[in-house]
Amino acid sequence: MIRYAYIIPLLPLLSFFINIAVGKRLPRKGDWLCLGTIAIGLAMSIGIFYEVFRAYDPNFRYHVVFPWLTVGDRALFNAGILIDNVTAVMLLVVTIVSTLVHLFSIGYMHGDPRYSRFFAYLSIFSFSMLGLVLAESFLFIYIFWELVGLSSYLLIGFWFEKKSASDAGKKAFIVNRVGDFGFLIGILIIYATCGVLGYDQVFLAIGEGKLSGTLLTLAGIGVFCGAIGKSAQFPLHVWLPDAMEGPTPVSALIHAATMVAAGVYLVGRVYPMFTPDAFLFIAYFGLITLFLTATIALAQNDIKKVLAYSTCSQLGYMIMGLGVGGYTAGLAHLSTHAAFKACLFLGSGSVIHAVHSQDIQEMGGLRKKMPITFVTFLIATLAISGVPGFSGFYSKDMILGAALEFGMKSENPLHMIFFIGALFTAGLTAFYMFRLVILTFFGAPKDHHKFDHAHESPPSMWVPLVILAGLSFSFWYSGWFGTLIQKPMSVANLAGMSAPAKVATKEHAAVMAPAPHGEAASAPAEAPHAAGPAVHGETREGAAHDAEHDAHLAHTAHTYAMYSSVAVGTLGIFLAFVVFSFGWINPDRVVNAVKPLHTFLQNKWYFDELYEATVIDGSKALSRGLAWFDLHVVDGLVNLSAQVGVFVSFLVGKFDDYVVDGAVNGLASATTGSGSLLRRLQTGKLYHYVFVLAGGALIIFLIKAF
Amino acid sequence: MTLDKLLVIAAALFCCGLYTVMTRRNAVAVLMGVELILNATNINFVAFSFFLNRVMGGQIFAVFVIVLAAAEAAVALAIFLRMFSTTGTVEVDVADQLKG
Amino acid sequence: MSGPADYIFYAAAAMTVGAAILVAILPNILYAAVALLFSFAGVAGLYILLSADFLGATQILVYVGGILVLLLFAVFLSNRISDAKITNPTHFRLPAAAICLVLFGVLSYAGVSTPYAVKKGVYLPTTADIGELLMTRYLLPFEVASVLLLAALIGAALLSRPDRAAPEKGEMEEGKG
Repeated sequence: MIRYAYIIPLLPLLSFFINIAVGKRLPRKGDWLCLGTIAIGLAMSIGIFYEVFRAYDPNFRYHVVFPWLTVGDRALFNAGILIDNVTAVMLLVVTIVSTLVHLFSIGYMHGDPRYSRFFAYLSIFSFSMLGLVLAESFLFIYIFWELVGLSSYLLIGFWFEKKSASDAGKKAFIVNRVGDFGFLIGILIIYATCGVLGYDQVFLAIGEGKLSGTLLTLAGIGVFCGAIGKSAQFPLHVWLPDAMEGPTPVSALIHAATMVAAGVYLVGRVYPMFTPDAFLFIAYFGLITLFLTATIALAQNDIKKVLAYSTCSQLGYMIMGLGVGGYTAGLAHLSTHAAFKACLFLGSGSVIHAVHSQDIQEMGGLRKKMPITFVTFLIATLAISGVPGFSGFYSKDMILGAALEFGMKSENPLHMIFFIGALFTAGLTAFYMFRLVILTFFGAPKDHHKFDHAHESPPSMWVPLVILAGLSFSFWYSGWFGTLIQKPMSVANLAGMSAPAKVATKEHAAVMAPAPHGEAASAPAEAPHAAGPAVHGETREGAAHDAEHDAHLAHTAHTYAMYSSVAVGTLGIFLAFVVFSFGWINPDRVVNAVKPLHTFLQNKWYFDELYEATVIDGSKALSRGLAWFDLHVVDGLVNLSAQVGVFVSFLVGKFDDYVVDGAVNGLASATTGSGSLLRRLQTGKLYHYVFVLAGGALIIFLIKAF
Repeated sequence: MTLDKLLVIAAALFCCGLYTVMTRRNAVAVLMGVELILNATNINFVAFSFFLNRVMGGQIFAVFVIVLAAAEAAVALAIFLRMFSTTGTVEVDVADQLKG
Repeated sequence: MSGPADYIFYAAAAMTVGAAILVAILPNILYAAVALLFSFAGVAGLYILLSADFLGATQILVYVGGILVLLLFAVFLSNRISDAKITNPTHFRLPAAAICLVLFGVLSYAGVSTPYAVKKGVYLPTTADIGELLMTRYLLPFEVASVLLLAALIGAALLSRPDRAAPEKGEMEEGKG
């Protein structure tokens, strides 16, 4: 099965072409084709995952490479497929969510004028995302990265008649472009120094010291910039909430489960190449994002906006988890989050479909009308809040543990901020998610008209909800995940690092601490020549004690983290009920008490306004400046050259008039003159001719004679 | 009777014809001069034919010259008549419309 | 250089050249035409002396009997005899005479000074040979000449017709040339 993995992305591509070309004429407008191809992909992914799972080998790798672009006898770029445990899991996540979203869309998009096109777009997105997951080199991941951005643009702006939708599409595309630029720079640094782009080749080259020191840090940060854009991290998170203008299944597929996870996946994929400085950079960005967006989510009233900001926040968790060394934790949260966030989005889609509104202040009491949606939504909310027994608890707990471990090991006490910030935000998450649930499903209906019209969604919509809710329990993940997905060793050649960087070496040891389950204990000193997943137990004698100590520390950290996260989560849930359900505290009074803060949050920290004032106005001012430059300097030059041209033309014209024409006229008059001279010879008198003839003949005779 | 003498006779005849062509203004007289020139050439043809070899080529050429002369005279006469009826004279000075 | 043939030769030569000179200098065109008659006759005599009996006969028939009569007709038709203009107007006499004399000298000198490989002339009847040659070796020129004569006859007839059919102007212009 694994040998046919390349078919998985190609099938949706095929259905994209068929649907975009003749989709409207197919029976049922071709939705069965897209659903069928992605379902085949799901079946194959399950098969691949089964093979991988049966092998149960942390070092499992299936790697096929063939030359793609060859110059002479040197293969410049390779194409190929890389499947290891992470890839297998990601394949499964993408195909499951994608298939369920396809299924959900059949009901949700029913009757849309561009129904077949919507499915075609879904197919091209599936193709891009699966290609991204299977890529084995920076080049191909970049290609599919851009394709994913393109299909995201197409899907966000799907209802392009709405200006806000088309604007959101453009915003998403442009903001992503900023991040992709950094990604491209990172790739270029890698290619310029290493000359290769395959992951393994690059890691090998870095291990050999071809790329090291500050440049390696920069390359890592550059690649991370791509993740910032795609995964909606702090400076570039502004596009994701706007992207909710797209159809809700799209929000579920792209902006919750798969595409935004691509950034996290990328960071995980190229994990070995990051330096400690780069990791710190990543962790800080993750922390800022998760806190900032969670606070914004507190004050939003649009059901999809709340979910969007919570997505940003959760992505921040993943990024921070990866940044503080919780490789397994970050990727686990990626998988669990895909399931429960897709469930939440599809559930919100179901609600929107029922009440035709996105404002939670107009909802309420829907649990009686939509029991299935309510139950699934509640399960997913429990998962995201980190309640024990649900998947979110399992993964978020790992991240918190990793953060605490990082803080404890670090010599810099400031680094405890990762754990504290994440813990506080976990409480915030529980609070705003339950606020959403309570306002939507509990209490009395606020808008009776809408309430009366509400109804449970058709099976094609709630079946995916049930499946995704089922996947929100932790028993699906615990155990094998931590075993199969293990942190690869860093390949950064630390020996070549400059003096200031050396100070960070101890910190690096912390960064490279074992994964939560304590099975991977490896010393960074051995890193240079190891380009694969960690090898167990091969620590040197000198490092053995440290490793044991680290394992102990990790265990302690995780225990503390678990208790504290459960406590904070419960507190958040309790507070939500206190405020919004029991009415012990009037939320309006609270809002009035902190009016400026609330406004600040409601306006999303004024990020859009900030960018409007700086980036957009700045570029406008720059444009005006350039326009002025264009108008006065460039146009001036052009006009000057035009005038010079006119003058030269004038001169040339005169030359033409007097010299060229003079020559022509002179020739003509010379001809005329000589003609009129010769004309005299043509007397028309016969005897003249005879005379000349005879005289001429005589002269010739005489000349010949003498 | 030698070839030299015949050539001298032909030359004399030619020069008389040429003189006629050059001096006369009457077209008919000019035509007469042309006939004299043609006869001079004919004498040369026949003389060479007689004295140099016995090939009849010279005489045959003379026959064709006579034929041409006859045709020329016929056409020329017709032209003169037409010219006379148009201009009232046959003087060659009058026929100078081709003057450049 | 003696014998009756020589005398006949000299007589014919004298007649030819003398009559030609008269043609050149006689002011009256009618006299000139008559002098031309004698000149042609003298040439015919020379032909016969040069063993060109057929050609001599043809000379008499065509020139004397045909061309000269045509010329006389032309003279009569184009001049009013009573007119004073019947006198033959001339011009350029001296330069023309000079050129002709010099040319005569040159031609005579060329003819006399050139060493020809002269063979003894043989007297044989030529008519049969000429007829045979015209029908065999010179058939193409013969036929071409016949076509030329036909064309000349038709053209002459057409040109000399009175203006009944109002001949086109272009044709007239040609005629004048």
